[in-house]
Amino acid sequence: MTDTATAPPAARTVPPPRATAARRSSAWLSAHPRFRLAFLLTAPLFWLVVVYIVALALLLVTAFWQVDSFTGEIITEWTLDNIITVVTGALYQTVTLRTVGIALLVTLIDVLIALPIAFYMAKVASPRAQRLLVIAVLMPLWASYLVKAYAWRAVLSQEGILEWILAPFGLHTPGYGLTATVITLSYLWLPYVILPIYAGLERVPDSLLEASADLGGKSWRTLGSVVLPLAFPAIIAGTIFAFSLSLGDYITVNIVGGTNQMLGNLVYTNVGAANNLPLAAAIALIPIVIIFGYLALVRRTGALNNL
Amino acid sequence: MMHTARARRAAATALAVGSIAVLAGCGTSSGSSTPTEAVDELGDYEGEVSIIAWAGYVEDGSNDPDYDWVSGFEEETGCKVTSKTFNTSDEAVTLMKTGDYDVVSASGDASLRLIAAGDVQPVNVDLIPSYEGIYDFLKDQPWNTVDGEHYGVPHGYGANLLMYNTDIVQPAPTSWDVVFDGASEYTGKITAYDNPIYIADAAVYLMAHQPDLGIENPYSLDETQFQAAVDLLKEQRQHVGEYWSDYLKEIQAFETGDSVAGTTWQVIQNVLAGEGAATDVVLPDEGATGWSDTWMISSTTEHPNCSYAWLDWIASPEVNGVATSYFGEAPSSQEACDYREDCEAYHAGDADYASQIWYWTTPIADCLDGRTDVECMDYSAWTEAWSEIKG
Repeated sequence: MTDTATAPPAARTVPPPRATAARRSSAWLSAHPRFRLAFLLTAPLFWLVVVYIVALALLLVTAFWQVDSFTGEIITEWTLDNIITVVTGALYQTVTLRTVGIALLVTLIDVLIALPIAFYMAKVASPRAQRLLVIAVLMPLWASYLVKAYAWRAVLSQEGILEWILAPFGLHTPGYGLTATVITLSYLWLPYVILPIYAGLERVPDSLLEASADLGGKSWRTLGSVVLPLAFPAIIAGTIFAFSLSLGDYITVNIVGGTNQMLGNLVYTNVGAANNLPLAAAIALIPIVIIFGYLALVRRTGALNNL
Repeated sequence: MMHTARARRAAATALAVGSIAVLAGCGTSSGSSTPTEAVDELGDYEGEVSIIAWAGYVEDGSNDPDYDWVSGFEEETGCKVTSKTFNTSDEAVTLMKTGDYDVVSASGDASLRLIAAGDVQPVNVDLIPSYEGIYDFLKDQPWNTVDGEHYGVPHGYGANLLMYNTDIVQPAPTSWDVVFDGASEYTGKITAYDNPIYIADAAVYLMAHQPDLGIENPYSLDETQFQAAVDLLKEQRQHVGEYWSDYLKEIQAFETGDSVAGTTWQVIQNVLAGEGAATDVVLPDEGATGWSDTWMISSTTEHPNCSYAWLDWIASPEVNGVATSYFGEAPSSQEACDYREDCEAYHAGDADYASQIWYWTTPIADCLDGRTDVECMDYSAWTEAWSEIKG
């Protein structure tokens, strides 16, 4: 027991850290977790709320204003005229029904085509084939939208490949019109529908399929009672892509749609030819309302809970 | 993140209050309604000028190496030209509203709207030497001169013609009834210009075929006359395969046989003839709508000197001759015919012929034919009707 052992080890004391501003704010933040969260989320939320949502709201609020038809200036007086025109006008009802019809048909076709492909990719193909198939499904996305639409225009024309293939059977190409629009839109959105369904089916454990077989389920029974309910959220995700993209499309129908017009074309005409931004904004509200309705329906099925 | 009901309500209220404040704060900025004055003298060239024009008006050799009148301009003035094409007058008006472009080639149905909105400035024609050489019957017209102020330099004039596939449409048509009353013969293969101004074409047809409607001017239609034109177009729509606004689409449609008859511009026929397609054009007996374009300068341009230089250049005899020949219209410069051989075919300098074309004009409520007892349909009514016609 020497004196040094009991003496306070002054020389070995660690000095307290200097209270710089950074240290003090760090200490404060560690005691207030909610502010930590707020700072973390500020930048992305700023982008989402101000740049995206507020910009969209500013655009859509013009639906409640009017335009002076001679000078083209917007008069900022609140009015429901545009909304009433859009809801009650025969033209808008027809075009809305046509657009929703096209969107539903495209969604249905895409899901019907995507299910077998995705199931094969997820459950049947060897790992190597799986990789190749994923690349094959993604490759059309490398080409520009316009290139693909114009390619279909060439295919469906009177001197196109489809006419050449169908002529020996006495059939003809549908030409430019609603059929061509549905075909082209289905082609364009197919990768967006295949991939979520493929991802969902991959998550279905193989052991469940074997268990179902052990319990006596044949192929279709297994597919219907075991696989589809598990993959349902993924299928819904795919339909959201196809439905919403088709609802707002105006370029494809312009290129292969012949004389038809969809909601997007009405918006385009009113922004350009008519210079009637309030009416265009009112028309733009239609697909937004439809999509909200669709998502509400989807939410009821519980599909969004498991995404 | 925020799971408590109170936090969620607070966030929603904050968002709502914030948006209302922002929305109320920024209305739309009113366009400049102060009339700008024409410049008095020119200064140094600014080094660049941006032009928007119809396809084929600003050629720099990239479409066809034989047609290039931009390089000469750039060499002489040092003003680098960036050009953009538009398909319809409505696009031109919308583009000029952005204020990003210096010069525009405006047809008669765009020029008055641009002047009214203050998007173009008066042009001091004394500063443009080539202006003197322009035909007198193109100067001081209602679509390029307002209250004695000139707003631009005339470019040329042309008609919307009837194009047809010579193999399928036989005998060669001389009347617009191929696309109207007689359209059922080629149902599904008729085409028409995709723009509300096309209603005037229906009115021109009715002037000849239903004279008791009393249409004097196809852009000045009262309700009855307008309804007759709209009904004719709804009837036509059943036989139309495709409406065109992009001239490349029409070229392709006629090449593949998806369209066999419809409205066209001469330049489209020139391209098709160059590719050996079996098509031909005719100016039908009933007459036709057409255009007379004016080069105008933006009121917010930062390159006024280069803009004036372009107006002078494009109105000079040789350039005007080559440019209008390429597009397929009559020139505006009197000596342009020294530089092109097809002046006869386009009735260059023929004031009588020029007066028979119904040039694109913006329809307004005050009847353009002078009637004061009725109100005519204005352009917003035309655009509404056009959307309804297409269905």
